Amino acid sequence: MAFKQASVLPGFNLSFGYTIFWLSLIVILPLTALVVKTTGLDWAHFWSTVSDPRVVATYKVTFGASLLAAVINLFTGLLVAWVLVRYPFPGKRLIDALVDLPFALPTAVAGIALATLYAPNGWIGQWFAAGTPLGNLFGPEGLPLAFQPIGIVIALTFVTLPFVVRTVQPVLADIEQELEEAASSLGATRWQIFRLVILPTLWPALLTGFSLAFARAIGEYGSVIFIAGNMPFKSEITPLMIISKLEQYDYLGATAIAVVMLVVSFALLLAINGLQWWSARRLGRRN
Amino acid sequence: MAASMTASRSAATTEARWVRWLLTGLALTFIGLFLIVPLISVFFEALRQGWGLFAASFTDPDALSAIKLTLITAAIAVPLNLVFGVAAAWAIARFQFRGRSVLITLIGLPFAVSPVVAGLIYVLLFGAQGWFGPWLAEHDIKIIFAIPGIVLATVFVTFPFVARELIPLMEAQGSDEEQAALVLGASGWQTFWRVTLPNIKWGLLYGVILANARAMGEFGAVSVVSGHIRGMTNTIPLHVEILYNEYNFVGAFACASLLALLALVTLAVKSFIEWRSARLAEEDRRHATEE
Repeated sequence: MAFKQASVLPGFNLSFGYTIFWLSLIVILPLTALVVKTTGLDWAHFWSTVSDPRVVATYKVTFGASLLAAVINLFTGLLVAWVLVRYPFPGKRLIDALVDLPFALPTAVAGIALATLYAPNGWIGQWFAAGTPLGNLFGPEGLPLAFQPIGIVIALTFVTLPFVVRTVQPVLADIEQELEEAASSLGATRWQIFRLVILPTLWPALLTGFSLAFARAIGEYGSVIFIAGNMPFKSEITPLMIISKLEQYDYLGATAIAVVMLVVSFALLLAINGLQWWSARRLGRRN
Repeated sequence: MAASMTASRSAATTEARWVRWLLTGLALTFIGLFLIVPLISVFFEALRQGWGLFAASFTDPDALSAIKLTLITAAIAVPLNLVFGVAAAWAIARFQFRGRSVLITLIGLPFAVSPVVAGLIYVLLFGAQGWFGPWLAEHDIKIIFAIPGIVLATVFVTFPFVARELIPLMEAQGSDEEQAALVLGASGWQTFWRVTLPNIKWGLLYGVILANARAMGEFGAVSVVSGHIRGMTNTIPLHVEILYNEYNFVGAFACASLLALLALVTLAVKSFIEWRSARLAEEDRRHATEE
């Protein structure tokens, strides 16, 4: 096969050449620099940096909080998509547009807003403070939300909120009503129809949304650092480790941790591409 | 449209009324708590001490220089990605070649990389200890801890927006109209300006406003390369961070409210474009059935 199929349209060399040039300059070359820089580290130094107990603690916090936020969004995302597609209510178009707010709102703005809201004297945090009826449910000190690991989960839930909604919404809108009518006429209850007819069609979209949210949460920085409290071994996230190594001019250390993050990101990207391929094939077969 | 669809659902294909109300109530409570309350709180905190202090936040020279730098950065980064996005979409959506899907994946790469890592890679290239560091120092060129670095990091994080919007759009439109124009004697550039561009302009605008919102709001990547020099290399998000850490909450939220306003405008334009393309698709369908 030739590199390119013949076409009457002009401009391939120019557009392709420019695409490759700009892609190499902005993305490929800098990422290569990161990988090459790592080869300058000897293995023992690399390993001692990435397996430092304080750094390992950040992996746990980052993965745990990201996983939890993605799981929360799996359920709430399905709920919001379901309500937006199926039920009429006033202001629906506005709510639909607002779902994308976390993509449009700068992460630093989200960060300071959430930190202020969930602080013990904030609009939401005060309901869970020590001595309040809700707070007493969680013990004498109440339930501190901001400046705790749970604050990280809150921030990550906010920034990744649109993913599941936006992947599930179109699939849900495309489900043919006839399928549900057929199931109903065969005696299925609503719950059975949801579980056995609707949910199986939604799985690929749900999983794709879930992994997109998870991948975004792993790398998130701006919204988290304000609400996290950033206590070593407790509420530090991995991207913050890169920043603090850089602040100490430890470029090799920062690079080592960045490589770990990059490998995880690429693995997730591959998984997401696989999921989208699977999901497209499933939908293709149905139509 | 959506309402009529729901209304046409028979009792067998929808839930009992109390279930519908319960689910709608739960979804709206979640949206209210997680999206609307934080959004309102930004404006509330900014205006907490009255309009006077709010307005005073913007007369501070550091705030003004942060606003200026943010505008400059977006004004450079967004057009660069616009040109790239159109070129990439033309090559990918109009031609079949080997490695096409690999190229699409590579273009999407910046979305998969943590913003902090995105900043770091430029420090490793252009920083004092980086590959080109000694050469740059010799020629007295500053990239890291200066405006070029901020622009580069912004170009990186907004890299896929326009291309990602245009590629599926141009693939769906096909190249019949362009081929017709060429057969009728138009040159390549004439075809592009008069046929392709009018067809993709709304998709282009969509990609541009999303890229612009991200360019003006980027925090992590810019924070790594900026060096936080007051009045020099602080963008609005970085200025917000500094004010917040200094407990100047009114100032921080006043600047943040500018960015929140930008987010609302972005959402409004985005919804308008989506509404418009949905209406056009609906009209096309109606014309098709009438014929």
